[in-house]
Amino acid sequence: MSINTEMTLRVTAVTQVADNVRRFRLERPDGGPLPIFSGGAHVVVSMVDEGRLRRNPYSLMSPPNDTAAYEISVLRVEKSRGGSVFLHSHVKVGDTLAVSQPVNLFPLDHRGRKHLFFAGGIGITPFMAMMAQLEREGGAFELHYALRTRSHGAYWQELQQRYGTHRVKVYCDAENMSIPTARLLQYQPLGTHLYVCGPAGMIDATLASARNSGWPEQNLHFERFLAPPPGKPFRVVLQRSNVQIAVEEHQSILEAVEAAGVDAPFLCRGGACGQCETAVVRLDGTLEHNDHYLEEAEKASGKKLMICVSRFHGRELVLDL
Amino acid sequence: MPDPAIKSRPVYTGLQICLQAQSNLIALEGEGALALTDQVAAIGPAFLPRSDILYVATGSRPRGHGQTLQQLAPRSFWQAPSVPTLLTRLRAMLETATMGTRLYVAGTEGFIGQVVQLALDAGMDAASILTEHRGSLARRVQCVHCKGITEDVKVSPFACAHCGLKLFVRDHYSRRIAAFQGVNVDAEAPGTAPAPQELYP
Repeated sequence: MSINTEMTLRVTAVTQVADNVRRFRLERPDGGPLPIFSGGAHVVVSMVDEGRLRRNPYSLMSPPNDTAAYEISVLRVEKSRGGSVFLHSHVKVGDTLAVSQPVNLFPLDHRGRKHLFFAGGIGITPFMAMMAQLEREGGAFELHYALRTRSHGAYWQELQQRYGTHRVKVYCDAENMSIPTARLLQYQPLGTHLYVCGPAGMIDATLASARNSGWPEQNLHFERFLAPPPGKPFRVVLQRSNVQIAVEEHQSILEAVEAAGVDAPFLCRGGACGQCETAVVRLDGTLEHNDHYLEEAEKASGKKLMICVSRFHGRELVLDL
Repeated sequence: MPDPAIKSRPVYTGLQICLQAQSNLIALEGEGALALTDQVAAIGPAFLPRSDILYVATGSRPRGHGQTLQQLAPRSFWQAPSVPTLLTRLRAMLETATMGTRLYVAGTEGFIGQVVQLALDAGMDAASILTEHRGSLARRVQCVHCKGITEDVKVSPFACAHCGLKLFVRDHYSRRIAAFQGVNVDAEAPGTAPAPQELYP
């Protein structure tokens, strides 16, 4: 049973905010209030793309206390498995989308005296909500925002106007600028928490730099959503439901399970949260663990699988579902 | 070793020097100095040029450790004349400290408690503070009646250093106050307190 209870929301505005980024404003059709959320939360948007159900997570970027609407920003990724291209080319004002309740896997640590944000590209979105929240609460923060070109980067101008250039620094690849991570991490006051969201390489480099500078693990926060990677098709037996399902090239096990009408738990759909952990009953073949939730020893045991991103190749896989 | 069965008592896990730390603040009391010299013997002196040592010769068996610590040649060494003066200097150091700084504290429980409390108030994260108990099990006790704190309590019951009431020392530690709780033991019939026993040598 999934804890998500979907809401049907109407698209009330679509805005092109940068070269490949569109913002979607979502409201309740009856105009009523939406649940408030906390900065860093995301929703899972369900869409039917060429007959296939896609559920993708998107960070909420609107102010968390604004119950009138949710806003998400979507980067168009051409060579992906769908979802972003669908939202860009097919969804227009007046359409409805099925949207989950907000879930926060990337919350602010309120014990922090100062919050230091590192964003890369579309990774800016959770920080928009966090900054709105901190501004309202009087919390100290600083954003360092790396983007490819100024026209590719979303929101950097309005963020600098709203919060000032002393709190919002922009670094542009095309101008040979990059975030001076090591130097920044050297001069932060006690009680600073670091948050990073962006491409995997940027997250890894930032965390490595912080650890090398002696930052404790508890002060490091990151959000790393993986899109389910494609792979060769395979078959899976769901023991409790007593069905065999086919997982196609551009489908995750979780999506194939849902398509077969079996309800499996999930939250992030990106290999981060651990909600979809599934026990392996029988295995003859190799598991491809693509998540970053399970410990290495758990992955090696072959007893558990995160079905939102991981795959399988071999003769037989039986899951406890 | 402090009794780990007392659930409210912090666990002192030992001074494990973090070699990645940019800067080390080391506060030592009495034979707590030995916790540091043991670490130097175990992992070598490479971290000492990034380390500031504050030492106070109180607590238990503070014999000649000041000189030993100074000879380690840390970035700085200062021997404080008392715990309050050590705390005053440490507060000033914490005000300008940056992330990547670790604080190491060793000594009696009352000393550790006061240093940790100061560091948390300065915004330091609990994960950046490492503690090791050394020496006497004497307790720092707050009187629940007058709120006065008596240092170095080895017996129970004892007379509050502030209001004079006979206090029974409870196994109840407050991290907020960095002290155990002392409650009057002969309130109904003053003068009938049992004889003090040395429980915390």
